[in-house]
Amino acid sequence: MKIRVLLVDDEKDFVDALAERLFMRNYDVTVALRGEEALDKLRQYNFDVVILDVRMPGIDGNEVLSEIKRIKPLTEVIMLTGHATVESAIEGMKQGAYDYLIKPCETEDLVAKINRAFEKKAEHEERIREARVKEIISSPRAALRNA
Amino acid sequence: MNTKCGILGQTGLQFFGRITASISHEIKNVLAVLNENAGLLEDVVLMAEKGIPLNPERLKGLAGTMGKQIQRADGIVENMNRFAHAVDEKTKEIDIHETLSLLFALTRRFADMRGVTLSPAYKNSSIFLTCNPFFLENLLWCFLDFAMEATGEGRELTIATEENEHAVQIRFEGLKGLAEKDAEAFPSERELALMEALDADFTVEQGKSRIVMAIPKKGYR
Repeated sequence: MKIRVLLVDDEKDFVDALAERLFMRNYDVTVALRGEEALDKLRQYNFDVVILDVRMPGIDGNEVLSEIKRIKPLTEVIMLTGHATVESAIEGMKQGAYDYLIKPCETEDLVAKINRAFEKKAEHEERIREARVKEIISSPRAALRNA
Repeated sequence: MNTKCGILGQTGLQFFGRITASISHEIKNVLAVLNENAGLLEDVVLMAEKGIPLNPERLKGLAGTMGKQIQRADGIVENMNRFAHAVDEKTKEIDIHETLSLLFALTRRFADMRGVTLSPAYKNSSIFLTCNPFFLENLLWCFLDFAMEATGEGRELTIATEENEHAVQIRFEGLKGLAEKDAEAFPSERELALMEALDADFTVEQGKSRIVMAIPKKGYR
């Protein structure tokens, strides 16, 4: 199964080129040019990893991140920042972002981070599955009540 | 530091810093686009080496995108250069429309971030005044910054100009949220110091949802 990536940035030429490069590397890529558009897509579909620009018109990256963590807490987020400083990205990591990259970045660095973020998500989901199985085995009635 | 000179120095540095930080962000964005498109070009060539046919239209498209970004960067650097030279001379004859256009180009990102549309409503003809170019740009930015915040739900800021024999008027219109703004907060000591240095004046016209700045044509003291 391909890793599902949502790429969010208001620079259309950047998004188009990066999406194509990730597609060539066998990722299932969806793009959004605004924070609002990204949240709409996140509500409709499931993504494994979101690559999110920190600075965007309208809802900015850190606000989008908060909302992602509220509606899809297991989805991992990698912040992209155009600033040489890392304060905005660190703020994002405090809010639950997996990692950050400073633009312009090496595609191979980004790919490595996407893969690690996906592994973390998959591992987390597996632990939740195991916990559910354990719950069913130890107390089937309680599991049915919580289902 | 609270002397007039201190305030002018501090606000000038803050203005310079804010604009150059925004310019560096813009340049980073251009570099990121160029980086991805150069990388994509490399990917396409690698695929061609593996026997996947190369589409000339694809290459033309990539070259076009890169050319467009280089032009964009050239414009950004040119504006940055014009902005940097504003501190060269203490007084200079200035075309207010050229200065406003430069300021809009330099601050468009701030407007975009706030979802505000800047609408210049002045003719192509020139209006000249003689003053300190950097103080003028700084004062215009202070007003623009405040006006963008005061557009309220309209999110559209119109800037109009007018001249008479002695002065130039710059009107910041469409400030639908003006009534909600803290009247004590604007003008602050920085705007007052800049207005004093330029011999400028201003009026808030709540009923017309606008602020009007007036600068004498020969105003530097």
